[in-house]
Amino acid sequence: MTLAPSSRVQLTDDGKLRHFLTTEHLPRPLLEDILDTAASFVDVGGRSIKKVPLLRGKTVVNLFFESSTRTRSTFELAAQRLSADVLNLDIAKSATSKGETLLDTLRNLEAMAADMFVVRHQDSGAPFFIANEVTPNVAVINAGDGRHAHPTQAMLDMYTIRHYKGGFAGLKVAIVGDILHSRVARSQVHALNTLGAEEVRLIGPKTLLPVDAEALGATVFTDMAQGLKEVDVVIMLRLQKERMDSALLPSEGEFFRLYGLNNDKLQFAKEDAIVMHPGPINRGVEIASEVADGPRSVILNQVTFGIAVRMAVMSMAISGQDSVAAQGGAHGS
Amino acid sequence: MAAKANILIRKGRVIDPASGRDDVADLLIENGRLTRIGASLDAPGADIIEADGHWVLPGLVDACVHLSLPGSGRTGDIASETRAAAAGGITHMAAQPDCGPVDSTAVVRLIREQAGQAGFARIMPIAAMTQGLQGEQLAEMATLAKAGCIAAGNAGRRIASALVLKRCLEYAATFDMPVMFRPQDSALSAGGCAHEGPVATRLGLPGIPAIAESVDLSRDLLLVEATGVRAHFQQISSRQSLRLLREAKQQGLPVTADVSIQHLLLDESALEGFNSYCHVIPPLRSAQDREALLEAVADGTIDAICSQHTPIGSSSKAAPFPATRPGMAGVDTLLSLVLELVDEGKLSLTRALDAVTAAPARCLGIQAGQLETGRPASLCVVDAQSRKDYGEHWLSAGNNSPWRRAVLKGNVKLTVCQGKVSWLTD
Repeated sequence: MTLAPSSRVQLTDDGKLRHFLTTEHLPRPLLEDILDTAASFVDVGGRSIKKVPLLRGKTVVNLFFESSTRTRSTFELAAQRLSADVLNLDIAKSATSKGETLLDTLRNLEAMAADMFVVRHQDSGAPFFIANEVTPNVAVINAGDGRHAHPTQAMLDMYTIRHYKGGFAGLKVAIVGDILHSRVARSQVHALNTLGAEEVRLIGPKTLLPVDAEALGATVFTDMAQGLKEVDVVIMLRLQKERMDSALLPSEGEFFRLYGLNNDKLQFAKEDAIVMHPGPINRGVEIASEVADGPRSVILNQVTFGIAVRMAVMSMAISGQDSVAAQGGAHGS
Repeated sequence: MAAKANILIRKGRVIDPASGRDDVADLLIENGRLTRIGASLDAPGADIIEADGHWVLPGLVDACVHLSLPGSGRTGDIASETRAAAAGGITHMAAQPDCGPVDSTAVVRLIREQAGQAGFARIMPIAAMTQGLQGEQLAEMATLAKAGCIAAGNAGRRIASALVLKRCLEYAATFDMPVMFRPQDSALSAGGCAHEGPVATRLGLPGIPAIAESVDLSRDLLLVEATGVRAHFQQISSRQSLRLLREAKQQGLPVTADVSIQHLLLDESALEGFNSYCHVIPPLRSAQDREALLEAVADGTIDAICSQHTPIGSSSKAAPFPATRPGMAGVDTLLSLVLELVDEGKLSLTRALDAVTAAPARCLGIQAGQLETGRPASLCVVDAQSRKDYGEHWLSAGNNSPWRRAVLKGNVKLTVCQGKVSWLTD
């Protein structure tokens, strides 16, 4: 199947968001719009009645082909705060394991008049396939596809950075660890470059760096001392245990000695540098407790902002789809 | 038109790369044999084909197709795919042993019977080199050769060890049976679906590095040298491999090679937007690899261009990229796409046509791909200037091609396969 480039799929003809699949190729004003819209939702969480009616009467289906309690919960909460009806489908355990194809599963759900699919899938490109070929008139939000993209996580990280640093101009940001398998890192690099960060650095051993990593739009380091030098933001990535089994690393211990973030290594960064982590963290593997729980860590705030950012993306995509429907177009189908 | 009527093809431009012939002439086919090539031939009672302004070429020889037999997971059948081939001017095709698999005389007989009944193209099966293509025990290669297999190979499937491979080659060499290699190290390519490079990195697609091919190729070449077997390497995709092939040929090893047409026209950038039609194995590599492959065809390091025809049903391509089946349908467009390379100035017309006629016949060790008088006629008449709308005229049961709706130069008017008309347009 020939799929249109990401930027065209995600946007309506007049440039509004209708799917959110990747941060790559999205224009800067749109990313800023997401952050501004999220800011207006941050307060909602502090109110005693935590709901706004933007998605009243809409049905959001969480389609998780790969299980993830945390991400799914934040999407569920975000949808509920927008007053949507939410259906959680743990596909990992149901239809597709009975031999139904992805295509059939989706067509069935579309027939139930879903308005939005929040999709997590183990294969890179799966949400593109769904948005392009299957259900162009259902808003598709990518909740993580293979190694490709995790754009809502990246945007909540952008929100966090802007919150603490005021903006992106002049910022040096280091992303550390298993870059090769990380969809989060890829989405962060694109977002940071679009939003005007000065430099994005990727740090890790060569076994965990993708070939031609510079092509993502980043500088590459294999040494922590050099890579962290004078950075404003340090983003640590989670290291999966199975990396040791596939001969990518000798041991967690050696990884921690070389790339784990402790107070000593944090010295290389700027004095006011913040430390982030998409979670869940492996204490003593990629990050020491002294840093995770220390004064520079903003890890828990990331979670709070996550719900607001997801509310922003969901409401914007639904409004984009509504505007397409209002024009009577089934554009993209 | 009756099957074996005499045919006079008049005033076409006769291009026969094997003999170097390129002039306007008439050709006469009598009782299925090409009897005369010359000026102003006269043949009372023969069917006349006016080929003024058209080209008359030897029937194309496709060194690599994947057949659609029940259980192969491919769409169409031998009749549908050989008919598509005939419409593309192809008269001979070597079939990979991964349909069946081709490790018993029964399967060989089935293929030959079905191809014979359909009558659109001559299929030359390649025998499985190991039982069930499992890569562990020798298949009955001598028996399979006797049943009609022209070579042995393992269709790119893993062979258990260098020892098993060495024994396969020694055994094939015993009967002077050529061996077809598709080099790709199974560990280095495991789980991959795209060329390991900047595009796969951005799209997050698991990569297959170029060295997966060259590491395997270098081992294969050393074993070829040690065993003296005749070897043909298929679907070469990377420039590192070309260096190894050049050295091997300079040393005088009995080695030939082919490349699939899609690797000469496309590179990794075709995967943008997760285009699953461009999911092929070996993967489409870098622009530099593509340029190097074109040079290698021009200078003869790569002998032949094949289609690597793999017709797949649309449901196998309608999925997220890594979950789709690799492969492209290619017999419809092989000739048109080769002409595209000529138009782009990448290959001379003679070399381009040689690479789909005489050269693959030499690689396969078969009598085909040239206009020889006295032999059963296999040729095609092509209107090389007019364009063919593949959106309207697609015959393969597999729609899985990025050129499925392309409009390309090269319209085959007539194909004669072993003396029989296999394709004729009005």
